[in-house]
Amino acid sequence: MSTSNEKQKTYYESIIEKGYSRRDFIKFATYMTAFMGLESSMVGQVVKAMETKKRIPVIWEHFQECTGCTESFIRSDHPLVADLIFDTISLDYTDTLMAASGHNAEEAKQASMKENYGNYILVVEGAIPTKDGGVYCAIAGRTAIEVLKESAAGAAAILTFGSCSAWGGIQAAYPNPTGSVPVDEIIKDKPIIRVPGCPPIAEVMTGVVMYYATFGSLPELDSMGRPKQFYGKRVHDSCYRRPNFDAGLFAESFDSQEAKDGYCLYKLGCRGPVTYNACGTMGWNNGVSYPIKSGYPCIGCSENNFWDNSPFYERLQNIPGMGIEATADTVGKIAIGAAIGAAVVHSVATNFAKKKEIREAEVSGEKNEKNIKA
Amino acid sequence: MATTFNYKRVYVWEMPVRFFHWITVLSITILIVTGFIIANPPAINANVEATNSFWFGYVRAIHFITAYILIANVIFRIYWAFAGNQFANWRNFIPYTKKGIHNILHVLKVDIFLMKDKEHKLYNISIGHNYLAAFSYFIMALFFVLQIMTGLALIADSSSWFLPHAFKWVSTMFGGDILTRYIHHISTWLFMVFIIIHVYLVLFHDYVEARGEASSMISGFKFIRSERLNEDESEIIDKAEKITWKGDKGKAKNKEK
Repeated sequence: MSTSNEKQKTYYESIIEKGYSRRDFIKFATYMTAFMGLESSMVGQVVKAMETKKRIPVIWEHFQECTGCTESFIRSDHPLVADLIFDTISLDYTDTLMAASGHNAEEAKQASMKENYGNYILVVEGAIPTKDGGVYCAIAGRTAIEVLKESAAGAAAILTFGSCSAWGGIQAAYPNPTGSVPVDEIIKDKPIIRVPGCPPIAEVMTGVVMYYATFGSLPELDSMGRPKQFYGKRVHDSCYRRPNFDAGLFAESFDSQEAKDGYCLYKLGCRGPVTYNACGTMGWNNGVSYPIKSGYPCIGCSENNFWDNSPFYERLQNIPGMGIEATADTVGKIAIGAAIGAAVVHSVATNFAKKKEIREAEVSGEKNEKNIKA
Repeated sequence: MATTFNYKRVYVWEMPVRFFHWITVLSITILIVTGFIIANPPAINANVEATNSFWFGYVRAIHFITAYILIANVIFRIYWAFAGNQFANWRNFIPYTKKGIHNILHVLKVDIFLMKDKEHKLYNISIGHNYLAAFSYFIMALFFVLQIMTGLALIADSSSWFLPHAFKWVSTMFGGDILTRYIHHISTWLFMVFIIIHVYLVLFHDYVEARGEASSMISGFKFIRSERLNEDESEIIDKAEKITWKGDKGKAKNKEK
């Protein structure tokens, strides 16, 4: 846990103090610039910001979640990034990583929130249940709604880490028994950055924190409140299997030779074409791989409501609320059949119902036919 | 004794309307076919490297190019709803008048439920669209707009043009590309159901009424009872009617003299 004294130091000072050289620091700044999705000419600005900016306190709230986002976050691959997590930003409160527990932890949070009122970043992991007064998630005897409202009041900005706090996630999936909602349905008066993913890529999370920490402003967001530099492109757009997609080379089952040869997983339900994330460019686990690279179709974990868009291995999801497994194509085929059937029945019925008119016209037409001049 | 009536040719569908119709037919057909290939492509896994093949890319390109042609077509038709003749006018498509509602009820009774038309009233027989058909085209027009909007929203991030980006909000409104794509897919089926019903009813009207319903979209003409025209007949004699038969030649010459 950092003390208030430490908070007065700049990033540069605290890094140098730990025994890293200036060269390491510049490398770190370059790395962070790339992380933040900025161009290389921005390195100078990032260095300058880190030399002058005070460390920023972070409060990390956990609600309805699995802590997977935290697990992902602490696996940021660069050693200095790890330092960033544990020391450089002042992670003043996070249930999972803090040493203090019980009353001490809550007190530490209260103290930090009071001291840094209006300046700290609030990171939220997990959705917030609203049903039955929000009793389905309570920390230290208080409901998640209450805790969130309190922490958000003094926050400069809110980062929603993971699909749960960004979209609602698995709790909010049908039938959503606890009435879970994402953060932006409860907090309306604060800037909220969505960092969706299940979990988000570690470097994306640190990148967003670092962006705010270094520049003191929010990164450019897309129309759904996600940082453009990480969520501006579909997974499909940077997929290394994309040439197979355009060539029409598709794997049809997981154990086929085609799948092993790296054919496109589109027909195995890959959600890459509709999912906005940086998996294809940044990769996971030190950039080693990402699902598609490991032979597994994207399930669109950073997309809104992705749990309900099942089955994951089909291109076309079932229609919600139909009870039976029915895709749009099943319903469509039935509708086409019904339309053709109705047309056939109608055409037969016409011959009976309009018999008189048709016959009359025929008779007079026949008469005219006989009167044609030679 | 049954007699055939005197019919007059009326120019109902102007050239732009007919062009619109057939461009729509072609482009919708192409869009449906390519759309279903894109939704569920056949795995033609010839033993080739991806470098040497691009067929799926071409299918998508055809889909997108055709979509833009359709968009231009629809925009033109909206213009023509204000510039065209009385049968192309937008007022036909929304049954907001008493006459329109009455006509819809009549069409439902006589044409759809095949009930007896007790009193034959000439004004019940529509010259252009009947109001029910026209209203179905209006509903389809809304689905055209939906398809165009969802389609442009889906392509926005692969495009650098401003037009698709102007519709990015559609995807945002539906909470992402997954639902947007789904809606785009479902609406396609509606188009197919519409085509079946539309084609059948055209054939039905041509069969029962025999006034050139089906061919009108090629020639532009329909036939209406001469009682419905108040012009002097001589004014509307067209070229075709000046053709004379062999046996009439003498008579015609005499007339000229």
